[in-house]
Amino acid sequence: MSPPALRLEAVTKRFAAGDRVVTALDAVDIVVPAGGICGLIGPDGAGKTTLMRLAAGLLAPDTGRIDVLGLDPTAEPQAVQSAVGYMPQRFGLYEDLSVQENLDLYADLHGVPHSRRRQRYARLMRMTGLAPFTRRLAGRLSGGMKQKLGLACALVDPPRLLLLDEPTVGVDPVSRRELWSIVVQQVGEAGMTVLLSTAYLDEAERCDQVILIHEGRVLGQDAPEGFAREAAGRSFELEAPGVHARRLQSRLARLPGVLDASVIGDQVRIVTTPGFDPDPRDLLPQMHDLSIRAVPPRFEDAFILRLRGAVGASSPAPIGPIQVSADRDETVIRVRNLERRFGRFRAVKGVSFSVRRGEIFGLLGANGAGKTTTFRMLCGLLPPSGGELSVAGHDLRHARAQARARIGYMAQKFSLYSNLTVWQNLRFFAAAYGLRGARHRQRLRWALEGFELGAFRDVNAGVLPLGYKQRLAFAAALMHEPEILFLDEPTSGVDPLARREFWARINALAEAGVTALVTTHFMEEANYCDRLVIMADGEILAEGSPHEIRARARTPDHPRPSMEDAFIGLIQGRRQAA
Amino acid sequence: MLAHILALALKEFLALVRDPRSRLVLIGPPIAQLIVFGYAATFDLKDVPVAVYNEDPGATSRALIAHIQGSPHFRIVEAVDHEAAIAPLIDRKRVLLVLHVGPRFTARLARGESAPLQAILDGRNSNTAMLALNDLRSVVLAFNRELAARQGRRDAGAVLQTRAWYNEQLDSQWFIVPGIVGLLTLVVTLVVTALSVAREREQGTFDQLLVTPLRPVEILVGKAIPGVAIGALEGSVIIGLAVAWFGVPLRGELAALYLGLVLFLLSAVGVGLMISAIAVTQQQAVLGAFLFLVPAVILSGFATPIANMPEAVQWLTYLDPLRYFLIVVRAVFLEGADHTLLIHQYWPMALIGLVTLAAAGWLFRHRMY
Repeated sequence: MSPPALRLEAVTKRFAAGDRVVTALDAVDIVVPAGGICGLIGPDGAGKTTLMRLAAGLLAPDTGRIDVLGLDPTAEPQAVQSAVGYMPQRFGLYEDLSVQENLDLYADLHGVPHSRRRQRYARLMRMTGLAPFTRRLAGRLSGGMKQKLGLACALVDPPRLLLLDEPTVGVDPVSRRELWSIVVQQVGEAGMTVLLSTAYLDEAERCDQVILIHEGRVLGQDAPEGFAREAAGRSFELEAPGVHARRLQSRLARLPGVLDASVIGDQVRIVTTPGFDPDPRDLLPQMHDLSIRAVPPRFEDAFILRLRGAVGASSPAPIGPIQVSADRDETVIRVRNLERRFGRFRAVKGVSFSVRRGEIFGLLGANGAGKTTTFRMLCGLLPPSGGELSVAGHDLRHARAQARARIGYMAQKFSLYSNLTVWQNLRFFAAAYGLRGARHRQRLRWALEGFELGAFRDVNAGVLPLGYKQRLAFAAALMHEPEILFLDEPTSGVDPLARREFWARINALAEAGVTALVTTHFMEEANYCDRLVIMADGEILAEGSPHEIRARARTPDHPRPSMEDAFIGLIQGRRQAA
Repeated sequence: MLAHILALALKEFLALVRDPRSRLVLIGPPIAQLIVFGYAATFDLKDVPVAVYNEDPGATSRALIAHIQGSPHFRIVEAVDHEAAIAPLIDRKRVLLVLHVGPRFTARLARGESAPLQAILDGRNSNTAMLALNDLRSVVLAFNRELAARQGRRDAGAVLQTRAWYNEQLDSQWFIVPGIVGLLTLVVTLVVTALSVAREREQGTFDQLLVTPLRPVEILVGKAIPGVAIGALEGSVIIGLAVAWFGVPLRGELAALYLGLVLFLLSAVGVGLMISAIAVTQQQAVLGAFLFLVPAVILSGFATPIANMPEAVQWLTYLDPLRYFLIVVRAVFLEGADHTLLIHQYWPMALIGLVTLAAAGWLFRHRMY
């Protein structure tokens, strides 16, 4: 057997963040065998990027040994960098150069002889589908095309070890599939080794090997099927006709013996404690039509089990009382022909939809689809170029300040004051929303207890672990008990446990009559919504309940399409029409 | 409303003092500039306005005046015929220097005696006065050499006797240091406020702020308070240092000085917040602040007299809040002025403050992508 492509032995790397020291990697031992795709899976802040940069020789470890293709990156960084290709998270492209110029630049940097370039370029352009765009500026490409170009640049001179840092995150599902097929093809042809990090758990199943990493520690390394075996006999799908899958899920999640419950299409998938035999009659005796069937375990089930082992079981605390009007048929958000142009670029093109009270409404789409722009217009943060919109009867841009007290807003990236403590942040937002006296104290206590932030009360918000940052931002947005919530990519980058916890909270809020508008690029999360729109290139491709949208993609040989299948069908249909 | 503003101001203070880089901005530049400007600034002169009070009817005094007229450094703008006319000329800064030729100047020189020649200088800008005096000395020296060649005498003929008004020792620090009060408070308030909105925009917290029921006016006031407070504190420290360390006399009303300081800070905060509202990143904000600072300092008369600037540029100085405050601070320190004399410096600063603050508030909501 050939020697491994990458080996880390007891590698520790720490960073100073202000006056605290963050351990990015803690005594990590991994072996990436030569050939094949090795997935590095874990939430944001797990240490994936640090590991990649160590392997690329861009960082030196504090302690431990690294071996890259038989070389020591600290001693011979130059040799390592010429044998290793590294594609960082934010594409290392020059946005002011054209596609062709970017390729030339990388070929020059790697000293690819001119005689070989023509053939290589042609092949890369054909694989990536970028051939018609060689003269376009890289900055003008869509998110998916940029990633493909980044990959093409990294492949100009095929490296023996290719490090890809989250190449698919935020990319539309079609481009994601294309990226994967390029990687798989290259591994087969050139016999290279790929180490690829991702936040999408379904991608783990395409890897030959998976390394699970969480808070700087390796939780395990195995083939994906090996991981899945741990959950064997413990995965089930449940269905109750006439009962909303989300409601079923929230009831199942609270049962003893159920370790995980998630909505998959119209079904709910559960993972149970070992030896637990779910019987429909015992599980939820009130529900008569509950059907249960055992399903093969998935990688995600195993990941959840491992995480539960690592962080311990925690069930989301009750959200506490929020009282809003019970009139469920009232339309609270109305958008008609909404337009937004930035110069000549049309970010949002005539979007229309409406949201009823108490609904969870999703805006689903890849990065750059116009979700965030639509959001900012709804919140009054950006003036529309055309069209009409109203939120709770107001255009928030022109409404009196008090109208804004009815909405809560959680931005895409963490946007609280990072050098103020958790307590100072909460106190400020409570005051900004005009809470006073006993109510001020009561809501602050609620935020600390309900979101388990008590232990971090006096910690600066900027150094909180990611999951807690997200909780803090959510708490701050809920401080004043808003009736409408705007949540922009709330689950991006957090681990699956935190994502489940988050959706449980949203569910509880929706049950209480709060309207929630959520954007996400996780296709499977769309199933938690009551209704959603799918957006691409600033346009709405489809609108409806998750069930309706999936139903459109149903074919005889594909009776149960996923949301991702539906999305891909829509995008391909649009491309054919164009 | 008040609770909102207090919460905001408190948050601003916390954000500022809890950030080590912000703390540095508050302490580092003031110390460096105090040293640099307090000890190192010098100037050059030409076309100094001069008045001549010639009581001597003789030809030699006319020859001396011709020498002065011929010098590139001086321009005779006024001829005085009685002693009482001198004071208003200097007070109103019509001239920097009055040359007094005594009645028996020609006669004494003709007898081979030495003749006194009195120069009265405006000492408020001590450096300018000192340089003007040096220039005058060389003119008199040249005149004496010519006289000596003609008369064959060895000793100096005309003997220059100087009197500097307002700043008797012509101590250059007396002029520079009060100016630093204006300069440093401007730098600090501008940087603090210019960063405040831009930092929030960069970190995304400004959006979070705009979706709360806070009104732009409240955000504006909440952000202005720390700027004014920090500026007033720094200003007080420098005023204290000017008196205690540099020994500059504080002759006028302290209240008049502080009224000026507050109005000046208001205009500086307005400009800073306006820059901040336009900038998208902190880098842009700092750049914007310096784009404003450099011309503001040059046009303020901090170093070079405004009267020496081309007329078009002189008009531009009316837009510069530092111009007014420098007049206030020097008048209070050196001339012992009270608030009634300074009313025409106060209102333009108040106006600049109002306009820039209003513009900043408008920009909060209208410039946000």
